[in-house]
Amino acid sequence: MTPVLEVTGLTMDFGGIRALDRLDLRVNPGEIVALIGPNGAGKTTFFNCLTGLYRPTAGDLLLTPPDGGTRRLNGLKPNHVTMQGLARTFQNIRLFPNMTVLENVMIGRHCRTRARVLGAIFRDRRTRQEEREIVALSVSILKELGLGDMINEFAKNLPYGAQRRLEIARALATDPLVLLLDEPAAGMNPQETRELDELIRRIRDKGLSILLIEHDMKLVMSLSDYIFVMDYGKKIAEGTPEEIRTNPAVIKAYLGEDMDDA
Amino acid sequence: MDYFVELFFSGLTRGSIYALIALGYTMVYGIIGLINFAHGEIYMIGAFTALIVSTVLSIFGFPLPAIIILTALAAAIWASAYGYTVEKLAYRPLRNAPRLSPLISAIGMSMFLQNYVLLAQTPDFLPFPALIPDFDFMEPYAGFIGSSDMVILVTTTVIMILLTLLIKFTRTGKAMRATAQDRKMAMLVGINVDHVISVTFIIGSALAAIGGMLIASHIGQINFYIGFIAGIKAFTAAVLGGIGSIPGAVLGSFILGLTESFATGYVSSDYEDVFAFSLLVLILIFRPSGLLGKATIEKV
Amino acid sequence: MISLKDIGKACIIALWFVALTFPLMVIKVNPIDRIIIWRWHNMLWVGLGSFLCYLAGRAWLMRREIRLRRIRQGLEAELPQRTPLSRRIIQDPVIHRPLLAAGALFFLIFPLLFSTYQTNIMITALMYVVLGLGLNIVVGVAGLLDLGYVAFYAVGAYAYALLNLHFGLGFWTVLPIGGLLAATFGILLGFPVLRLRGDYLAIVTLGFGEIIRLILENWNEFSHGPSGISNIPRPGFFGIQMSLDHSITYLYYLMIAMVVFTIFVVNRLQNSRIGRAWFALREDEIACQAMGIDKTRTKLTAFALGAFWAGMVGVIFAAKTTFVNPASFTFLESAIILCIVVLGGMGSIVGVIIAALVLILLPEYLRAFSEYRMLVFGAVLVIMMVFRPQGIIANIRKTYRIGID
Ligand SMILES: Nc1ncnc2c1ncn2[C@@H]1O[C@H](COP(=O)(O)OP(=O)(O)OP(=O)(O)O)[C@@H](O)[C@H]1O
Ligand SMILES: [Mg+2]
Repeated sequence: MTPVLEVTGLTMDFGGIRALDRLDLRVNPGEIVALIGPNGAGKTTFFNCLTGLYRPTAGDLLLTPPDGGTRRLNGLKPNHVTMQGLARTFQNIRLFPNMTVLENVMIGRHCRTRARVLGAIFRDRRTRQEEREIVALSVSILKELGLGDMINEFAKNLPYGAQRRLEIARALATDPLVLLLDEPAAGMNPQETRELDELIRRIRDKGLSILLIEHDMKLVMSLSDYIFVMDYGKKIAEGTPEEIRTNPAVIKAYLGEDMDDA
Repeated sequence: MDYFVELFFSGLTRGSIYALIALGYTMVYGIIGLINFAHGEIYMIGAFTALIVSTVLSIFGFPLPAIIILTALAAAIWASAYGYTVEKLAYRPLRNAPRLSPLISAIGMSMFLQNYVLLAQTPDFLPFPALIPDFDFMEPYAGFIGSSDMVILVTTTVIMILLTLLIKFTRTGKAMRATAQDRKMAMLVGINVDHVISVTFIIGSALAAIGGMLIASHIGQINFYIGFIAGIKAFTAAVLGGIGSIPGAVLGSFILGLTESFATGYVSSDYEDVFAFSLLVLILIFRPSGLLGKATIEKV
Repeated sequence: MISLKDIGKACIIALWFVALTFPLMVIKVNPIDRIIIWRWHNMLWVGLGSFLCYLAGRAWLMRREIRLRRIRQGLEAELPQRTPLSRRIIQDPVIHRPLLAAGALFFLIFPLLFSTYQTNIMITALMYVVLGLGLNIVVGVAGLLDLGYVAFYAVGAYAYALLNLHFGLGFWTVLPIGGLLAATFGILLGFPVLRLRGDYLAIVTLGFGEIIRLILENWNEFSHGPSGISNIPRPGFFGIQMSLDHSITYLYYLMIAMVVFTIFVVNRLQNSRIGRAWFALREDEIACQAMGIDKTRTKLTAFALGAFWAGMVGVIFAAKTTFVNPASFTFLESAIILCIVVLGGMGSIVGVIIAALVLILLPEYLRAFSEYRMLVFGAVLVIMMVFRPQGIIANIRKTYRIGID
């Protein structure tokens, strides 16, 4: 099977510091893949390189839609990456705080719609039709994520867990092939985390592939089809949850060197 | 050839003054990431304070050396007080506001101070007494460098050296560098960031005031508007050198001063200010991190 | 509410300001005649003024703190939600319809009620309304601090002056040309600069505004230098000759039409796909890009559209005064327009209209105050940012009603 997302040799330097070192990773269609590693391992940097926010020093990023026709994402601007079908959430929530919940999701539709300045001024039939579709689709996504009764709230007034879900809703509105989630469960209570688990599965069942950064091991182990582990910018292990659970390199990375002395 | 040398020295003089102002811009930008539009006004206030104090002292019959020292002190002290107050009133409450807010506040402060001086003093140009006498030993070189150029160059150099020492070796200097690098981290390791920011404004303002006094005495007249253009040019110099970098600000200032001096001398003086602005636009387009600045990637 | 401690603090602050302003406020020298004028009374004003300002600011902060604390304790939630008056007026059709009708009627019969002189002032105010709405797209909606807005205004004005001088083009022909030309300048300037950080944009636009003015001042062959261009024709009306009074009345209605047109367009733009992208860009550039919005292009659209209005008003300005020279296009103009946007409320159309009328008309009618105009404008910018960044009338987001299915 061709992977929907394939990364080879991804390297990122900040000045003299190598934050990512020849990283390889693949996500197969319909899979939930987790990327884990201790704090500062370079996971978020990996996302930033994928989505074009950082320009990687070296490496290849390939995206293959179901109909074939592999596309290279290297060097694309972030908005073009999103157009190609990668959408992400942010570790430290980056919603549009003073816009309503619905508007936040409508922004996600921007790259799939076309109305320009003249359309906005004259509001011709096409523009009105498009606007109706944007609203309808956004509302349906919001309802699905359990935010249907807050559409007119300001994003900044939502409780934390709802803000995380709103970020996912906004990303889904861009019609991605692969959804990148950066610590979606951070700051959630156990109840919310359980709901998130179900939500991610539901999204996967619709045919999306998911790449997930997460520190909550229970969630990672229950959700993932495949796991990549990194530390200090390097990949130290990969495999199914069972393989990772027992991998000595992973245990060492997570528990630190002093494990041996104890 | 003489003309060339004359232009060269006048460029250096210009550059020195820009450097004294540019340092304030670059230090403040380095620490709180704000273009302090009011900084040019602090320079102007320094020049006005110098004019007032020196005239009063000379009417009271003080000897020239005493006048020079007391005037410099007064200008530096009052300008610092203004800088400190401006930061407290207009920038500190906006520390965590959206990025546009402190910029707009800075523009407002600049307009306010300009018009405050206009109303409190005068809208007209005031003659500024020449504080620096023509030294006898400069006589042979008078063709291309005047005494006051000489004094400006020497003073600037001494101030630069002192500033570098302060930033490299004192506790305050270290705290300033730490804050510039990562404000949150500095706070976590127990640096009083508010204090560091205040000190930065005070030092920057004092330097600008000395610059204001020197150039006013050199050119011989001032008005409430001199800070605006000087401010933009000094900012250009800071960006040219790489904003946030202290040696960059000095280098940028000398390059800008020389460029202006030669361009006005050989091309045309009508477009004096256009050269600086065009230079600014060009640097920002082709090398936004400046000559000595490091390109940083915004952390996401 | 205000304790003794606050009074003590206020005294110290007052002393600080007295000392701070001492050289500039108290002493005035004449270096040539060697005269010193001591103005001791100014000390009293400064002291008293800063004392009262401190107490007022303090009281305001305390009120806000008390309210915040109550909200945190959940008390405020039980009280009936308090909507500000301004918002109630805008949202409730029963209140705003008659107000709007009265306002419209007032503006329609204005030239009949007042003298030509007053009408002329009102035309100026209306011009600033349009300029404010135009800059509002750039600064208020898209969050791009443009400090050289006046340059685009100058482009429009000189476009009419020069095209008329050299090619005899009329007002109506140049009106759209002026707008488009300004928009083109906006794109040319914006293209390289809009990729940069937001604060660099501020200084580059400031520099650009000055460059345009300096070129107009010095390039005599092109722009006739500081003396400017005179005898620019007023707007024509199917070739009918008009007396001065009539042509001013005509210009007034033209300006009213222009304002209505601007409000219509700006309002539609704000509630569109593009408008949403502008707001989002102001809120968070990085998230915006990650959501698939082309940052540079979206900014460029805002920049060009904002410039477009300035260009059109520039043409009208040239036609109104029948004379243009570089002195009309200084940084102060940009600052006034910025002040209108900030006072009105970034992104708020109603707010900007009110702010433009207040800021332009007030100094005209309070002559004593006009000397302090720019001082107050500067203070307004700072005070609004510190105390009320959302402006007098906060921008209201559109709400959607979704049928339950
Ligand atoms: N823009 C940047 N400039 C310089 N260094 C950076 C930048 N972005 C990230 N880094 C560095 O790269 C390293 C990896 O950071 P990253 O945020 O990717 O870690 P992470 O795995 O996401 O950690 P966490 O689990 O805490 O989120 C860190 O040392 C960080 O300081
Ligand atoms: Mg991370």
